Amino acid sequence: MKELIKQLTEAYGPSGHEEQVRDIIRNAVEPHANSVRVDALGNLIAAKAGRKGGKKIMLAAHMDEIGVIVSYVDEKGFLRFQGIGGLDLMSLTGSRVQFADGVLGVIHPEDRQSYKSEPLLSKLYIDIGAASREEAQSRLGQAACFVRPFAGQGQRLVAKALDDRIGCAILVAALQQLDDTPHEVSFVFSVQEEVGLRGARTSAFHIAPEIGIALDVTLAADTPECRKLSMKLGDGPCIKVADPGLIAHPGVKDLLVRTAEAHGIPYQLEVLDGGTTDASAMQISGSGVAAGCVSIACRYVHTPSEMVDLRDVENAVRLLVAMLKNRVEL
Amino acid sequence: MLLEELSNAFGPSGCEDQVRRILARAVRSQVDELHSDALGNLIALKRGRGREPRLRVMVDAHMDEVGLMITRIEKNGLLGFRVVGGIDPRLLMAKRVVIGGERVPGVILAPPIHLTKAAQRAQVVGVSELAIDIGATSDAQARECVHLGDYATFATRFEVLTEGGLRVAKGKAFDDRAGCAVAAALVDEEYDIDLALSFSTQEEVGLRGAQVAAFALRPDIAFALEGTICDDMPKKADVSPTTRLGQGPAITLMDRSFIADHRLVRLLQETATQQGIPYQIKQPGIGGTDAGAIHQSRSGVPAVALAVPCRYIHTPVSLLSMVDLDNLVRLMKAVLHSLPEGWTG
Repeated sequence: MKELIKQLTEAYGPSGHEEQVRDIIRNAVEPHANSVRVDALGNLIAAKAGRKGGKKIMLAAHMDEIGVIVSYVDEKGFLRFQGIGGLDLMSLTGSRVQFADGVLGVIHPEDRQSYKSEPLLSKLYIDIGAASREEAQSRLGQAACFVRPFAGQGQRLVAKALDDRIGCAILVAALQQLDDTPHEVSFVFSVQEEVGLRGARTSAFHIAPEIGIALDVTLAADTPECRKLSMKLGDGPCIKVADPGLIAHPGVKDLLVRTAEAHGIPYQLEVLDGGTTDASAMQISGSGVAAGCVSIACRYVHTPSEMVDLRDVENAVRLLVAMLKNRVEL
Repeated sequence: MLLEELSNAFGPSGCEDQVRRILARAVRSQVDELHSDALGNLIALKRGRGREPRLRVMVDAHMDEVGLMITRIEKNGLLGFRVVGGIDPRLLMAKRVVIGGERVPGVILAPPIHLTKAAQRAQVVGVSELAIDIGATSDAQARECVHLGDYATFATRFEVLTEGGLRVAKGKAFDDRAGCAVAAALVDEEYDIDLALSFSTQEEVGLRGAQVAAFALRPDIAFALEGTICDDMPKKADVSPTTRLGQGPAITLMDRSFIADHRLVRLLQETATQQGIPYQIKQPGIGGTDAGAIHQSRSGVPAVALAVPCRYIHTPVSLLSMVDLDNLVRLMKAVLHSLPEGWTG
């Protein structure tokens, strides 16, 4: 599983540019799904048909990551940019970004002192080493993502884009391990979550599931002087109760809790005070969907070095597989 | 000229009737079906010559413009208002407006310079402190021609500024009557695909018309046509002009509302290059268009936005190059002719 996580997190995939990630996932899921397709917006949907008597369940993890898009090339060949998704302004300076063709750029502020007192995106530029506008002009409109190698230290994993390649890896593993299910399960690897849950919205409309569960990261609050939240690395997958975009369906939340307890899988309950996930779009799709979310506690979300605990990841897979194996009533 | 008629027409968001009538008249004889839906979108369908099932292509342009709405009729006959869509309050004072389809003329009040202090003049007067003066001396007199909830638009009339070169035209509401003029110009040729034009309502207040039009039309792919930001005046800093006048139609790769489908972007770029039509890439990340609503419709619709650069949009007067506009018509026609082969899906 570590190898898959490494491959997924090191791939290039800012929102709207998920092709590389999709190819990796497609290869991993194709032998295990009854059908695999790519829809109009680029979502990859792997379907697993079940025995009779089950529910129609949609599981979603997003393939895209935050990144930047070049908005202007100046006379000297420096690139100005806009964010794709919510950038962490503090971690941008000194970061390296990579374009689809592998070209690297360095992010730097015009003036370090004034950026410290007032961090504004408009005061940053990307330097790809170009000497003139002509040399860099083709970059206009191109997207880039952050670059960092994956690292595993004991049970802790550090990488860029664990948000949400870790969710993708969990779904892939769950599909691989799910030999038999009563349910009709759609494993959706969604696009454009970071810019507005856009892929999950259209795929949920198409699938029209009864139950929708997102797999995503959540903010861990176990670091020095951090915000007051309860989620911790290593305490088990988080079963979402609420975030600003979702009040989890109580039946889905209870189903996950019951399943975890029945199988001795550690879990923590999650109430998040910022951000949301694909479950928010699923919940209000069509005539409505019973939606919930399983999250992995993650430190330093939306920076180039996100950190999760591998045991939480493995337990999330166990939780999903256990839930999908049996009939469910909400 | 259709653009002139469209620009002069009265059509703030939710009050697009005049624009709809003009467009219906312009396209009626060359389309197979024409109707308006529950939200006032004008939908024109032109069936293709190709074999069924045919690719269904939605081309959207919004009919509405930013404007004002009367919210108070004061005892002294002055009219309080709010803005409909995004208008910078600094632009409002002393502008000529017309109220309602009957075009009741009025002026937004402004204190004379003799009575204001320098510090006062450096301040922005908010919309709530402004009013429209229609010359009425009492609320009773004002009510004879104006009602609460009536809309107002700027009184700007269309004019061609230069006959040669970029053929620059001046007018209001080029966002998005420029797109409407381009979309209407597409129907005089036959295509293999089914063309569904949506002249949409209420874009400026939240992409509302296009959302339901796309739901009803179920297109396979979509093009949103716009009049867009053009900030190409000389500047001190080396920053983006967003688009440049006269440099060709602008292709949007990403804005606040959507990320363009790469395949459609590539098709547009290749077609433009083949046909020798200039184009430019709009500064990514800025603005939003109906493509935002359309691409999220139902199971998702690959979409792209194309625009005529317009200086000073969302103000009482903007400028565009009719060369850019003609080039957008050429590019759209060439792309529609390249379909369905050009779309690999």
